[in-house]
Amino acid sequence: MTRTANLSIAFSEEQAMILDSAKAFCRDNSDTSAVRALLKSETGFNPEVWSQMVALGWTGIALPEQYGGSEMGIGATIPLVESMGRHMLSTPFISSTITAQAIIRGGSVAQQAKWLPGMAEGSIGTMALLDNEDWGATGTSCTLTANGDSFELHGKKLLVNDAAVADFFLVLANHDGALKLVIVEATQLGADAIKHKTLVDETKRAANVDFSGVSVSAEALLVNGAKVLPDVRLIGALLIAAEATGCAAAALDTVVDYLTTRKQFGRLIGSYQSLKHPTVEILIQMDSARTFIYHAATLIDDGPLDNDSEIACRMAKAQAAEALSFAGDRAVQFHGGMGFTYDCDAMLYIRRAQWSQHQYGDPQHHRKLLAGLLLD
Amino acid sequence: MNDHAAIDSTELADFRRGVIDWIKNNIPADPGFLLPQTFMEVGSEQVLEFLREWQHKVWSSGFLGMAWPKQYGGGGMPRIFQQIADEEMKRARVPICFNVIGLGWAGPLIIDTGTDFEKETYLKGILTGEDIWCQGFSEPNHGSDLGSIQTRAERDGDEYIINGSKIWTTMGNYAKYMILLARTDSQAERRYNGLSFFLSPMNAAGITTSPIQKLTGDYGFTETFFTDARIPARCLMGEEGHGWRIAMQTLQYERGAEAGAAGGVSILSTVMNDLLRIAKDVERDGQPIMQDPVTRDNLVKFLIEEQALYLAENRVKIPALCADYPNSLALSTKLRGTEFFRRMRQYSLTLQGASSALYVGDEDAVEGGFWQRAYMNNFSTTIGGGTSQIQANIIGEHVLGLPKD
Repeated sequence: MTRTANLSIAFSEEQAMILDSAKAFCRDNSDTSAVRALLKSETGFNPEVWSQMVALGWTGIALPEQYGGSEMGIGATIPLVESMGRHMLSTPFISSTITAQAIIRGGSVAQQAKWLPGMAEGSIGTMALLDNEDWGATGTSCTLTANGDSFELHGKKLLVNDAAVADFFLVLANHDGALKLVIVEATQLGADAIKHKTLVDETKRAANVDFSGVSVSAEALLVNGAKVLPDVRLIGALLIAAEATGCAAAALDTVVDYLTTRKQFGRLIGSYQSLKHPTVEILIQMDSARTFIYHAATLIDDGPLDNDSEIACRMAKAQAAEALSFAGDRAVQFHGGMGFTYDCDAMLYIRRAQWSQHQYGDPQHHRKLLAGLLLD
Repeated sequence: MNDHAAIDSTELADFRRGVIDWIKNNIPADPGFLLPQTFMEVGSEQVLEFLREWQHKVWSSGFLGMAWPKQYGGGGMPRIFQQIADEEMKRARVPICFNVIGLGWAGPLIIDTGTDFEKETYLKGILTGEDIWCQGFSEPNHGSDLGSIQTRAERDGDEYIINGSKIWTTMGNYAKYMILLARTDSQAERRYNGLSFFLSPMNAAGITTSPIQKLTGDYGFTETFFTDARIPARCLMGEEGHGWRIAMQTLQYERGAEAGAAGGVSILSTVMNDLLRIAKDVERDGQPIMQDPVTRDNLVKFLIEEQALYLAENRVKIPALCADYPNSLALSTKLRGTEFFRRMRQYSLTLQGASSALYVGDEDAVEGGFWQRAYMNNFSTTIGGGTSQIQANIIGEHVLGLPKD
């Protein structure tokens, strides 16, 4: 088998309406001056905009109706996240959406009832997965040890997205050789547990978090955490891919804008084929990424991810990350001297490209796993 | 005829089974020479006669021109039947139906816009394979720039006198008819308005052809010369000065609009599965090449690209997902597809190890040298019908709104 058996892409009128309203919302609330105004801010996002997103029901779009959601499935978040990428609108939406998926898929009824209603109303969850630089690691050195009726965590997690604003964390830990996803509330952390990191992408926020000494009860262990973790990682990869695709389109817009206004040697520089043709290549790579994210969005439902869905998510992430790396790189180059400055928006895209590249696995990681799925 | 809804699905399934059976009983034995992958590789009488016989057999068995009108040799059936027949023929890798200019471009054009006389005269011969058609658009000095063509057609009583030359005439030395674009008015204010479209005989005095040897060593194209060649005035299609419009409509058929085509397998395509097949038993550095991590990464890159081509055909149907750069997928289809195949076939040679040095005619060549030849022949698609560089200009200017040169 060399490809998915299912090649469908479906997009309902309801999803088209979501896409339209997402495009308008992100455009209106996140022009580049708004994006730049947040670069040095502490949290990296505008709480008013976040509240509006919650009020629009976006945080509940993939949550079950009984917990205050609209139960449209994770696929319905793809047009939202693509639009956020298109306008560099950073909020904890992606972190929280991935975390909610882990709870929906791997939580008990009681755990879902405890956490999901708050998430629909905007409380923020985030995943704490990495021990080191390796997104491909399958284990963890972070331990969970029984201590009477409760459990104690020991270990640090790296580059936890939106850690400073998170209300709770899903921490990957090793309990007697078995992996667990452990729910830790922010209030349980020690005073110096969160160490902010300086990121290449100034629209994003992440921190190293030390969970050592945190004590949790058995109810804090996601019942099927280990089982659903591979699916949650794939969904994470897909959301990052959707955001990167939108960002590649933004880079393309910026390049096209410059190529159609900037003159050199008496000609608009977009008339030169040495700039025109690679710009068409950006379009083609972005188009291909967009095709993959909506294909993956079509295949994934609330059940366990099947083989086709896994292929689709991995192809989406591999393609979108490559597309954005190329787009950001060329956006800087094609702006000439301006491109070398902080004032030029190409800076935003090349930095986002570096951030997106490794989140939930870089293209080589996904291609390596695709090789096993497609070649053997 | 597109009324699929009225057709019973069991009728379609029965039909498909019938096609499969027919193929099993009729697929030709290995002729002892490498068959062409496309109609641009018909380089000898031997190959020509083999393909003519095959196309006639497909047509006379009712599997070609199935949706064309009955009175002109067609089957008068809904198009879905032809699609099923083509699918199964492709799957079985039967030889191509070689009269592609007739079946795919001239035929649909005549059905869509031709007179009764034209339909009566030309359509059946296209299907039977008796009347081979060629195309006279490109000229030696005007490859991708059709608006600049110089071949002249001058009205003289009941005839036109043609002077000039055409190039890349596929099967020009075998063809009975040519779809010919020529200039009837050199004074026209806009150069496009001076062009006219002809369904020209190739046997008129003053028309000569000279075969062109391709980089593969094969033949398949000619240069075609017109020296005071006289053709009947009724060969003019439509009106004088409408040639550009008719030519553009023809290019729509050429660039993949399938509606109206007679069907038949026009190309023996290669997909990634074929590439993996040749790599299966090959060794590199003392181990199976399929275990080599670099090879695996490269193959997956190609698989991702191939998958994107297939999926794009589905996304293009959803306007909401194509809203920001409309037409980008539609206009980039040729560029994406042909460039993918060029690189994929080039890569196929690296999977053959030392055997990649062998060529068509050598008994040890992998699959008879098919891939070596296919790679080089692939340039006909990245050059013909508007080069990839012209395609990139078109996309840059029409989709992205970048300024012209």
